[in-house]
Amino acid sequence: MSLRHFATGLGLLIVGIVLVAGLLAPYIAPHDPFAQDLMKRMIPPEWMDGGSALYPFGTDQLGRDYLSRLLYGARISLLIGTLAVVTSGLIGITLGILGGYFGGRVDDVVMFAITCRLSIPLILVALTVVAFVGSSLTVVVLTLGLLLWDRFAVVARTTTMQVRTLDYIAAAQAAGASRLHILTREVLPNILSHLVVVATLEMALAILLEAALSFLGLGVPPPLPSWGLMIAEGKDYMFFSPWVIMIPGIALFVLVLGINLLGDGLRDMLGTGRRV
Amino acid sequence: MLQFLLRRALLAVLVCLTVLVVAFVLTRLSGDLAISIAGPQATAEDIATIRQNYGLDRPLVVQFFDWAAHAAQGDLGRSYLYHAPVAGLIADRLPITLTLGLSGLAIALLVAIPLGILAAMYEATFVDRAIGIVALIGQAMPSFWIGLVLIIVLGLKLQWLPISGVDTWEGYIMPAVVLAFSAIPALMRLTRAGMIDALASDYIRTARAKGLRPGRIVLKHALRNAAMPVVSVAAVQLGFMLGGSIVIEAVFALHGVGYLAWESISKNDFPVVQAVVLFLAVVYIGLTLLADMMNAVLDPRLRTA
Repeated sequence: MSLRHFATGLGLLIVGIVLVAGLLAPYIAPHDPFAQDLMKRMIPPEWMDGGSALYPFGTDQLGRDYLSRLLYGARISLLIGTLAVVTSGLIGITLGILGGYFGGRVDDVVMFAITCRLSIPLILVALTVVAFVGSSLTVVVLTLGLLLWDRFAVVARTTTMQVRTLDYIAAAQAAGASRLHILTREVLPNILSHLVVVATLEMALAILLEAALSFLGLGVPPPLPSWGLMIAEGKDYMFFSPWVIMIPGIALFVLVLGINLLGDGLRDMLGTGRRV
Repeated sequence: MLQFLLRRALLAVLVCLTVLVVAFVLTRLSGDLAISIAGPQATAEDIATIRQNYGLDRPLVVQFFDWAAHAAQGDLGRSYLYHAPVAGLIADRLPITLTLGLSGLAIALLVAIPLGILAAMYEATFVDRAIGIVALIGQAMPSFWIGLVLIIVLGLKLQWLPISGVDTWEGYIMPAVVLAFSAIPALMRLTRAGMIDALASDYIRTARAKGLRPGRIVLKHALRNAAMPVVSVAAVQLGFMLGGSIVIEAVFALHGVGYLAWESISKNDFPVVQAVVLFLAVVYIGLTLLADMMNAVLDPRLRTA
């Protein structure tokens, strides 16, 4: 087995485990992730001195079970990653296909939109929107979805340009297929493999951005157990109890790495090459 | 050539105008700014006073054109938190953000270019794949988290570096390294791709046939051609890094432009927020324009595009 296959398999395994952990969180979490117990604050993880088997990953500054919060946090990361990718994919793929297929003025407008989007400072604007509109899961998802469509648009546009002149498109045109039919039934399926790779990249980015926003206090509102928020809340205790930031940080790192490994493997398998 | 530059410059101006609208709309998303500024304990009278003092009682269109006209002349308004002109606030904090961005970029290039060359020279071998995986690992680490881990390990446990502030130049090391992380994978992949193309080209075959030493071929002949896109993308990356430094400035308590923005966002200081959004966008637009022009000058083939 080559390093490449191993890496792809590892990515699939990681994403699968996090997905199952998130889905089954209500059944496998040992405690209520929101239940506070001020008598049991900052208990270290089981493997450290003073740890207890009751709280395998310890408890946080409010005495909430860290493992349970971590499991529920997987739901938030995956939910935000998926929904942000769906939103941004819809926007970006629509724009990209239109620009790539019609060219000319339409393409000028699409290119202009992409240029404008890239000039807007991502984190700053996301923070501003969340601060001024109010922080909630929906606002974070929509904000990220409305900001992360640029790579979808760029890739959909270039790949559409490449398939536009191919014979099967000409055949569909000659057969009198409607434009909508050509775009959704002929163009889209043929550029989809490239877009799947972009989707993995954007999902990883959305998860990291949500964590950064929550870390800065302008993402998912407490007491939701976002991994970024757990790091922010643990920050004041990190000098004496480094595990409070290590556990959610490693979880984030492993999930994003898994998604990236999977995306890399897909890129090789689907033969999308360097175009993405 | 001139036509190309003019077209690019016109595009840049159009993008600036769009960003102007975006920055304005963003800060009006809360609905009524006067209420958010006044805070929860304000009376109706306080709110009315604030509304009048900041001109928030005027129609939105009037507010926008008033702001845009002043911004075009370099007057970005006054911060109500600092009671000072916003342009001055940004100028005061710019050196820290700029130092951070430039040193981050330097570190990123110093790491990414050699790794990219190495991966290209050993394309599709174990070395190439291992370097690719290292890049993926770097990409997967949240920057604020690397920052905190470095603070614990280098600042607290080993006490090699200061944990916050930039009283000495050592204070820049950790934040610059963390900032560099975000740019390394993209720059490395680009160097690798460029080098693979260059190494497969005819002039390299000629150089090899002439019997030049491999080291000389790679560094002098191939790198020179592969470096061009890297230089222009480096300019764009610098733009992204200046925008992204907000997270790192918050972690290391560096009082740069990003920190100013973060503070203003949490305190509803809208003149500062819209000004920083506009400022960072204009810097980015300027950098991409610069990159395009550098490319046009270096590569005559692009001028007709």
